[in-house]
Amino acid sequence: MDFNFTEEQSMVRDSVASFLQDKYDFDTRRKIVSSDAGWRADYWKAFAEELGILGASFSEELGGLGGGAIDNMIIMEEFGKALVIEPYLGTVVIGGGFMKHSGYAGAASVIEGIVGGSTTIAFAYAEPQARYTWQDLKTTAKKDGSGWVLNGHKAVVVGAPFATHLIVTARTGGAQRDAGGVGVFIIDKSLPGVVTRDYPTVDGNRASEVYFENVSIPAEALISESGLALVEQVMDEAIAAVGAEAVGVLRKLHDGTLDYAKQRKQFGTAIANFQVLQHRMVDMFIEVEQSVSMTYMATIKVGESAAERAKAVSAMKVRIGRACKFVGQSAIQIHGGMGMTDELAIGHYFKRATMIEGLFGSVDHHLKRYESLSFDAAA
Amino acid sequence: MNLDFSPEDLAFRDEVRAFIAENYPAGLRDKQEEGEEMAKEDFLSWHRVLANKGWVAPAWPTQYGGPGWTSVQRYIWSEETARADCVPILPFGINMVGPVIYTFGTPEQKERFLPGTLSGDIWWSQGYSEPGAGSDLASLKTKAERFTGDDGKEYYLVNGQKTWTTMAQHGDWIFCLVRTDPNAKIQEGISFLLIDMKSPGVTVRPIITLGGEHEVNEVWFENVKVPVENRIYDENKGWTCAKFLLAHERSGIAGVARSKRGIERIRQIASTELSDDGDALIKDPMFKRKVAELEIDLTALEYTELRTLAGEAAGRGPGPESSVLKIKGTEIQQRLTELALEAAGHYGAPYFRGFPKDGDNAHPIGPEFAHRAAPTYFNVRKTSIYGGSNEIQRNIIAKMVLGL
Repeated sequence: MDFNFTEEQSMVRDSVASFLQDKYDFDTRRKIVSSDAGWRADYWKAFAEELGILGASFSEELGGLGGGAIDNMIIMEEFGKALVIEPYLGTVVIGGGFMKHSGYAGAASVIEGIVGGSTTIAFAYAEPQARYTWQDLKTTAKKDGSGWVLNGHKAVVVGAPFATHLIVTARTGGAQRDAGGVGVFIIDKSLPGVVTRDYPTVDGNRASEVYFENVSIPAEALISESGLALVEQVMDEAIAAVGAEAVGVLRKLHDGTLDYAKQRKQFGTAIANFQVLQHRMVDMFIEVEQSVSMTYMATIKVGESAAERAKAVSAMKVRIGRACKFVGQSAIQIHGGMGMTDELAIGHYFKRATMIEGLFGSVDHHLKRYESLSFDAAA
Repeated sequence: MNLDFSPEDLAFRDEVRAFIAENYPAGLRDKQEEGEEMAKEDFLSWHRVLANKGWVAPAWPTQYGGPGWTSVQRYIWSEETARADCVPILPFGINMVGPVIYTFGTPEQKERFLPGTLSGDIWWSQGYSEPGAGSDLASLKTKAERFTGDDGKEYYLVNGQKTWTTMAQHGDWIFCLVRTDPNAKIQEGISFLLIDMKSPGVTVRPIITLGGEHEVNEVWFENVKVPVENRIYDENKGWTCAKFLLAHERSGIAGVARSKRGIERIRQIASTELSDDGDALIKDPMFKRKVAELEIDLTALEYTELRTLAGEAAGRGPGPESSVLKIKGTEIQQRLTELALEAAGHYGAPYFRGFPKDGDNAHPIGPEFAHRAAPTYFNVRKTSIYGGSNEIQRNIIAKMVLGL
């Protein structure tokens, strides 16, 4: 039994934390969010070259530093603490995940681009009608000679405005909600017929509606012709990483609230002295600690069998979703009016926590998934 | 025990419905449906229609311009205006300072301020909270020092800062709690002052909130000269007015009629949005359960409010029990916004403030309701904070109702 980090992992954490402390304070982030670009391409370059973290979670054979899911967890938690916008989740965790697990022929060159910082990826999976059912696809990929033609509409593709490439799920066969025929493709975002409508998100990121209008894509773009199991595996790794990000966000919400309650005076005393608020802050602390535990558990189990992995990840996402709601709402309540202002960082952590609640499946979605894995399978 | 409306009440309901249908400003309706931000004139347009009809201040006594409705008629009125999605009448004049003026004011003050409050010519702001005085309102520090002007008249010199002042960017007048005796015990030594916001030395600065709105402000007073005749009630007795006003602020804060309308809206949204199974979301057992629980809690709140109303009709004024209405009412409002955000799914994320509207009809970004789901969820967190936080309301119940 060991919950300690290796020396290499601790070094990754320290170097990321110190970079962000110097260069990603709240005012800097505010400027990044409101800039035309919406992200810092030079920071991304620094992640690749100065910190070398973009390769941390790839094996050495794949050109990485030999780490894995735990490195992603460490980096995502630090990113959560600073509310980092740059597309690590889409590029390294999701894009990298597809490359690691698919046996895709072009994987080595894509990974080289990821690790070097020249390739950024957004995952176009969601569709307006589909909610959290990944195989519910109206987007189609039809065989055309040796290649494919893509048509359809992908919803809220987070990070797409910063991406050089998209990974797209599209139906290669079967009916709209069939498990079979879920094609996975990697395409250059600048291909003719890829129409994007970019917009900001409530938590300071950028996303796009992505429309494919008769997009001709080459045969080499195909990662998997029927890859629902692959999609689920990569999604589960992404959810585990989002859990780690949430832990970073939750720690900041809790710490910020404790600090505020200790210095804010009403009725002649710090409000931290009121028992009703103390108990609320204790409950917040318990939620944070449970979230840390569940994130460790899920991260350790992402490498297990599909059923074990899915159960662990859904259990984690249920706890994380609940924690995001309770800790976020409590932080605002205890800050009072100040918590409602755009000026304080606390509200921005609350907004990110709120978006994480629904990201890659709500509490209800993952509770149902857990139930079916835990009860229906055994019955 | 009888829950039925009398034939007279039913006739009144029909009259109200017909009036709203015929007289609600069409331009305002369009703006609401498109989710556009309300300008000052938008709020005032409906206010003026009601003022002309004599219906703008349902709770005011007839001698001051109220319609003389029974508590049941007032209840029907709030039900019907919510049902028809009418913009709410801003509470600062009609529900707050108006009753303070007709209860505590001099005949001159009533004559000077009540007609403009009713007509909408005076836009009132509320100067209660300060940076250091939120839940602990009585610790306020804005000071008003008495002096004799060059004209031989008596004035106060006001210095200090108010905060969270809703819609003060439009304000004509602000009613303030100010400290007139710095040496008195904390709740004594406070006076209730009406200040013309055009006076030299008054500065309004915006506060931007989580959803990106400019709804609240800081109001600064720097050597602002206020005639003594603008003080309501006795000097150093303003806390009496403050408590009276807070009780009025809490009645109606339950928002039952609007929450009912909110549930209808959620049911409607969930009948077109799809669940994980590809069916209507409202058929999803987990989502349906949450709507059902909300409806049940709202029913409990509604009947609690009706009992309070019946008590008021029998001459028992709104007491500390109204804190129950505030706590449950705001919790329900917040849960409604949670459900809307949940129903929005992926489309809860896009942020539209300042975004070109209808810029690209060929490539729409999610359903209309989703555009406001997250900002509204963030914004409505304020309801358990303002008007005396819900923690303070529980303290009031513990002390005043349970005698603890």
